[in-house]
Amino acid sequence: MARWHWWPAGHLGSEADRATFRTLHTASLMTSALRTGLTAVSAEQSVRHLRSLLATHAVALTDTERLLAWDGRAQQHTVHAGPLASRGVADGATTVRDHRELICNDPYCQVRKVVISPLAVEDRVVGTLQAWSGASSAGLVRATTEVARWVSGQLELAELDASRTRLMEAEVRALRAQISPHFVYNALNAIASFVRTDPDRARELLLEFADFTRYSFQRHGEYTTLEEELRSIERYLVLEQARFGDRLGVTLRIAPEVLPVTVPVLSLQPLVENAVRHGLAQKAGGGRITILAEDLDREAVISVEDDGVGEDPEKVRRALAGDESLDSIGLGNVDERLRSAYGDDYGLVVETAPGAGTKVIVRVPKFARGVRP
Amino acid sequence: MSSAFAVLAVLLVSVATLGVGVFGLRLSRTTSDFYVASRAVGPVVNASAISGEYLSAASFLGVAGLVLARGADMLWYPVGWTAGYLMLLVFVAAPLRRSRAYTLPDFAEFRVESLTARRVSSALVVLIGVLYLVPQFQGAGLTIRALTGAPRWTGAVVVALIVLANVVSGGMRSITLAQAFQYWLKLVALLVPLIFLLRHWRGSGSPSQHLHAAAWIEPMQGPYATYLTYSLILATFLGTMGLPHVVVRFYTNRDGRAARRTTVSVLAMLGLFYLLPTLYGVLGRVYAADLVGSGRSDSVVLELPQRAIGGPGGDLLTALLGAGAFAAFLSTSSGLVVSVSGVLSQDLGSRWFGGVTSFRVAGVVTALATLLLTLASTGLAVAHAVELAFAVAASTFCPLLVLGIWWRGLTARGAVAGMAVGGLTSVSAVMAVMLGGVSSGPIGAAVSQPALVTVPLAFATMIVVSLATRGHLPAHLGHTMVRLHAPEDIELERGSYHPESARRPSLR
Repeated sequence: MARWHWWPAGHLGSEADRATFRTLHTASLMTSALRTGLTAVSAEQSVRHLRSLLATHAVALTDTERLLAWDGRAQQHTVHAGPLASRGVADGATTVRDHRELICNDPYCQVRKVVISPLAVEDRVVGTLQAWSGASSAGLVRATTEVARWVSGQLELAELDASRTRLMEAEVRALRAQISPHFVYNALNAIASFVRTDPDRARELLLEFADFTRYSFQRHGEYTTLEEELRSIERYLVLEQARFGDRLGVTLRIAPEVLPVTVPVLSLQPLVENAVRHGLAQKAGGGRITILAEDLDREAVISVEDDGVGEDPEKVRRALAGDESLDSIGLGNVDERLRSAYGDDYGLVVETAPGAGTKVIVRVPKFARGVRP
Repeated sequence: MSSAFAVLAVLLVSVATLGVGVFGLRLSRTTSDFYVASRAVGPVVNASAISGEYLSAASFLGVAGLVLARGADMLWYPVGWTAGYLMLLVFVAAPLRRSRAYTLPDFAEFRVESLTARRVSSALVVLIGVLYLVPQFQGAGLTIRALTGAPRWTGAVVVALIVLANVVSGGMRSITLAQAFQYWLKLVALLVPLIFLLRHWRGSGSPSQHLHAAAWIEPMQGPYATYLTYSLILATFLGTMGLPHVVVRFYTNRDGRAARRTTVSVLAMLGLFYLLPTLYGVLGRVYAADLVGSGRSDSVVLELPQRAIGGPGGDLLTALLGAGAFAAFLSTSSGLVVSVSGVLSQDLGSRWFGGVTSFRVAGVVTALATLLLTLASTGLAVAHAVELAFAVAASTFCPLLVLGIWWRGLTARGAVAGMAVGGLTSVSAVMAVMLGGVSSGPIGAAVSQPALVTVPLAFATMIVVSLATRGHLPAHLGHTMVRLHAPEDIELERGSYHPESARRPSLR
């Protein structure tokens, strides 16, 4: 967020300092566009700033064969950008072309040289940056090369973002497929124990089990409503209660207003599974799980609390940081997905200590930009 | 006037409101062991909540006052306030729910993908909220004066304090059940005295003096009546969809279909409710015609039982009406202050304070600003003052919603330009009316009912600017339109989640 500056300009240092600031600022204006990858839209948004950095007649951004965006004069040369790009890609290094090589029917055309620098992502050339200028100097060649290198860096980060998203999606798929074998075994055993004594209940439990697996295995969509997620949690708890009997007490207090809120699929269920497994299963005499969902105007606040054995906060911190060695199902994954969907303000909050139970708090905004389920 | 009952009733309602704010969160949550999640808010409960929050001082007191004073033309007020939901049903309800936007700024950001549009909408939500709050406070002043004879500012201050206490204590967020209860309370508070009044009227031989005056019974009287009437119709029909506290309630619906069902129920509930104040106006003409001359026609609902029935029975009925009226101010004001504070704290104030603090500061600022404006404003009829807030909503959010949902061509710049033009023209007209600077003549008529000028102007600006900036359509337009119009149970690609746009919104 920008704030007002009311101090005099001299406060910002010498002329050289300010030139550096200006350059850095121009660069920062382009990052958000370039971080979406090299497309016509991102090229359109950044090419203006590239020209102000290079201070030439015109600047063009191309992919490997076509012009993506052009800024500046000498519009008659836009047709040449594509062919020059193909040759630039073949050259693989910064090259300088002369105006005489091109067909130009403007007798007053001021362009004399074109500096073409390839843009590379992980050693693969994806496009070129072309500086069209009145004269070629070593300075311009150097500047173009450096700017092209910087743009390449941003494009690589974009690639990284994309692969991180793909990784996260893959993790969710894995999480969906990963109903704990123990849970399946225990649930089926619990159901089996009711088959003779209480066939009706056994039948109900089997249906719950079927619905539960269907929800967990479904492939469609990354988001669901809190209502659906809670329903699946209820099924899970019914099955666990069949196994634990009176040892597992459950309290659900849900404000009906928050049921339509959109949440990442399987973002709460792992928390409840953790509460049952770590909080209660290891504790003699059982315990109680409390799930609260409250309506706080623009946000829903959901908490999953158990009065079980608790956990060392340091261990939880490592689990949230992504330490795979710990036996916490998906805690890090849930945290990561919440953060990437809603921003860093919306990570998991875990309150715990050995012997003091565990409380995990999730905040979800009712509307989030970028979340389009 | 024996006011002990009335004061007691008002006190009771105030304490109950505060109590619901403090303890209501507990009550509103279903506590149970299993299967609570399936107990979503149904359309009828949600419709009651919407109606409860919607029926304000203007509906409870103002409509009767206007019918008493100016006759048949004023029937457009209740008709328009009901029919606004018809427009909402036809054009907005289901797509708005499917967009999953919680507030109007959310919708603006979702549809045109621009932070500027979001900020402009936020500013407009605050403006409309305050304009809508002023008549609520004014109505409270009227009620207190009619019940106890205390000066008018007392009631405004009392309501402001109660609402403030609620917001600061964190209560009254958006408890659906509490607001749903408010509708039935208001209905009963108006219906029971009316039954007694009608029985009394029949029993005394159905007197009908003052009812046959041509100026009162015949429509389209007075200068510029055609313009004024159509302007009123446009403002009320199109303004409802732009009210911040109404729109947030649609989020509670499960899906687009439930949103439509809710709206239909709201239509029925409002249709039933608005029969009552009209009858009060007619009876007021019979029993309390002198109120018009003394400029107190807004208090006709409260004075009727005394005039017609009198005695302890009249006192009791007055107390019931006073309680209902206070419930109306408190529920509408609380809903509005919460909506406005939410917008103020999130979009305009979060740089300076943390979350909860900024919400509270925003609540205090909203209530105090409204109080000042109430004390500064001239004694405009309550219903007319509310209708002016509708005019602003109709000139800003109605074009955004209707064009945003039904026209692919709306761009961010078009939306911002349209909202700015509609907002500036309508708000300046409204301020002129509220602070008492309206001349007579055609311009005076246009200023006192601006909608027929400003609504088409806003639509035109939005369309023209959008066409001029055709090249800048939002990036995810296709997905957005599919989201808005495809029923939820159709399985199709609705676009997925884009982490880059989540973290770095395009700042165009």
